[in-house]
Amino acid sequence: MKRIAPLSFAGISFAGLAVAGLGLATAAAAQPRPGEVASTEVLTGAQIYENVCQACHMANAKGAVGAGRIASLARNPDLAYPEYPIAVVTGGKGAMPWFRGHLTDQQIADVISYVRVNFGNRYPARVTVAQVAANGIPKPNEGEH
Amino acid sequence: MPAQYATTRRDVLHAIGMMGGASVLYQAMTTMGHAAETQFKGPPNLSGARPGASVVVLGAGLAGMLAAYELGKAGYKVEILEYNRRPGGRNWSIYGGDTVTELGGATQQVGFAKGNYLNPGPWRIPFHHRTILHYCKAFGVALEPFIQLNQQALVHHSKAFGGRPQRYRELAADWDGNVAELLGKAIDNRGLGSVMTVEDADKLKVALREWGFLDKDMRYTRGDKASKRRGFDRPAGGGVDGAPIPSTPLAFKDVIDSKIWGVIAQHMDEERQMTMFQPVGGMGMIGQAFGRQVADKVRFGAKVTKIDQSGGGVTVTYTDVANGAVQTAKADYCVCTIPLGILSQIDLDVSTGLKAAIAAVPYSNSVKIGLEMRNRFWEDDDEEIYGGISFTDRPISMISYPSGGLHSAGPAVILGAYTFGPASYKFAGMTPEARIADALEQGSVFHPGKYKENFTAGASWAWSRSPFTLGCCAQWNEDTRKEHYQTLVKVDDRIVLAGEHASYIGCWMEGALLSSLDAITRLHARALEA
Repeated sequence: MKRIAPLSFAGISFAGLAVAGLGLATAAAAQPRPGEVASTEVLTGAQIYENVCQACHMANAKGAVGAGRIASLARNPDLAYPEYPIAVVTGGKGAMPWFRGHLTDQQIADVISYVRVNFGNRYPARVTVAQVAANGIPKPNEGEH
Repeated sequence: MPAQYATTRRDVLHAIGMMGGASVLYQAMTTMGHAAETQFKGPPNLSGARPGASVVVLGAGLAGMLAAYELGKAGYKVEILEYNRRPGGRNWSIYGGDTVTELGGATQQVGFAKGNYLNPGPWRIPFHHRTILHYCKAFGVALEPFIQLNQQALVHHSKAFGGRPQRYRELAADWDGNVAELLGKAIDNRGLGSVMTVEDADKLKVALREWGFLDKDMRYTRGDKASKRRGFDRPAGGGVDGAPIPSTPLAFKDVIDSKIWGVIAQHMDEERQMTMFQPVGGMGMIGQAFGRQVADKVRFGAKVTKIDQSGGGVTVTYTDVANGAVQTAKADYCVCTIPLGILSQIDLDVSTGLKAAIAAVPYSNSVKIGLEMRNRFWEDDDEEIYGGISFTDRPISMISYPSGGLHSAGPAVILGAYTFGPASYKFAGMTPEARIADALEQGSVFHPGKYKENFTAGASWAWSRSPFTLGCCAQWNEDTRKEHYQTLVKVDDRIVLAGEHASYIGCWMEGALLSSLDAITRLHARALEA
């Protein structure tokens, strides 16, 4: 099995946070779950989804509505072309932060690929690192923290 | 992640330089009268609103309620619209008996004993946050010390001491002692000859001996001197065995591997220097006290969907969450404290520049977990931990012991996880039950045999699933500050934004309040010019 790169979130914590994250660097190291035999790459995307995305988009990817709305990724036609999810994941949108520099381009490609063939989506063409590199929004200057 | 653990000499020197350099700089600056710790100049004392002038305030968090309170005193007719059914916003405590529901529907019925609580948001107040302290006194909120630094608390790093936690006191003492001894050697080897005179180097040696608890030969070693700071193996007592037995310092390599300097530096940060405060009975006491001041002005359960400022006034359209009825509120002006991630989804009649600013600032996440224990075993004879924080490199990052009710009997709540960044996403994605099980497992490294065993009830809050904020705090970066901050805080015709997101003290109540005072002062000036 391919070694799964930890979601090290390079800079430990996001800009401007009130806490120096002593433990954050190791926080989301995705542990491969024994017994799962799906293709390695889909598994990688699944684990990134579980460790990061579902914090907001929910385990069923349907999002939620309160005073504002968390977008549903289920049966979402905006996923038909990779450029859009690549722009959103790398650069953020609304309340959603940028993930460029916190996830690797490979992880971004993997998790978008995963969402595009799950949750009622049927866009089987894999998203590549080259596409993320070409369409991704650069990581902002996060400053010293 | 090898880079995290391979400590180099440069890391060590950098840490020393940071500590020494920062304090020296600070002393120099205070001597010169700089480095003031607050921008608070007292309450704004606004007055002379035009007769009949009105303001609609969006959000009954601290920023919104302070705006309503001060504008009301100035003579404005004020109405607040709030999505929640309580005042306070992120200032909030979850008590035993409460029921809380996150986005996605996960509902927790909190089984803490009556009066016990988790502060899901803010939990401590620095002594120099003068605005929040001022209004706590004005509104009758009783405060008590928040114990930030407790030398008896523990530090755990999975790659040091075989994964066994150590006392902060011993690690900090051994860090300083070894650094002092090394610097003494550097002086003896003329290592500092290029930066100081022999005379000054001699003075520094004396200082290092005292500061580092070195013996007369400039060694940091087992003996009475070092033990006076790090503790004795057998403490002094009375009678036959009264004589103390000194302790042996830890190996410096292990001390370095423990990354103790990261923990020391946390307590050095100006925002976490003693004295810190907390309200007696939970941080939410502040939100409730503000709420009493504006009780006649708030409409709860109002979900704002549109803000229009055409036609010489502001019209806010909102949905009554209870019955779905669409209603409007009209006023001459608007103070909007709605978190930006939500505001960016609302039909908003402002300049394109302000719209772009609102859309440009995302929100961080944080998850906090409260674990109630049957009794305060951490305060017992073999632990002696009264308040403070134990740190770990595990995802929970820390556990914090209650600062209130010290030395009392009965159940008490430990903050069992305080996470930002990746760990917070992972915890947020779990069910409340799984979060508690995981936090208990991770935190038991500090108190094996007691932690899981004494657990009675848990509660957690994931800010990424918070219905009224969609996140924890505004996450600015250098680029967005430069491009959007001034636009965001500027009065846009009849609307001004306020909140921690409109400050440089992000994520702190003080930022929300200072932002609010600045916003209403400018809005009032604008109203008088009109």
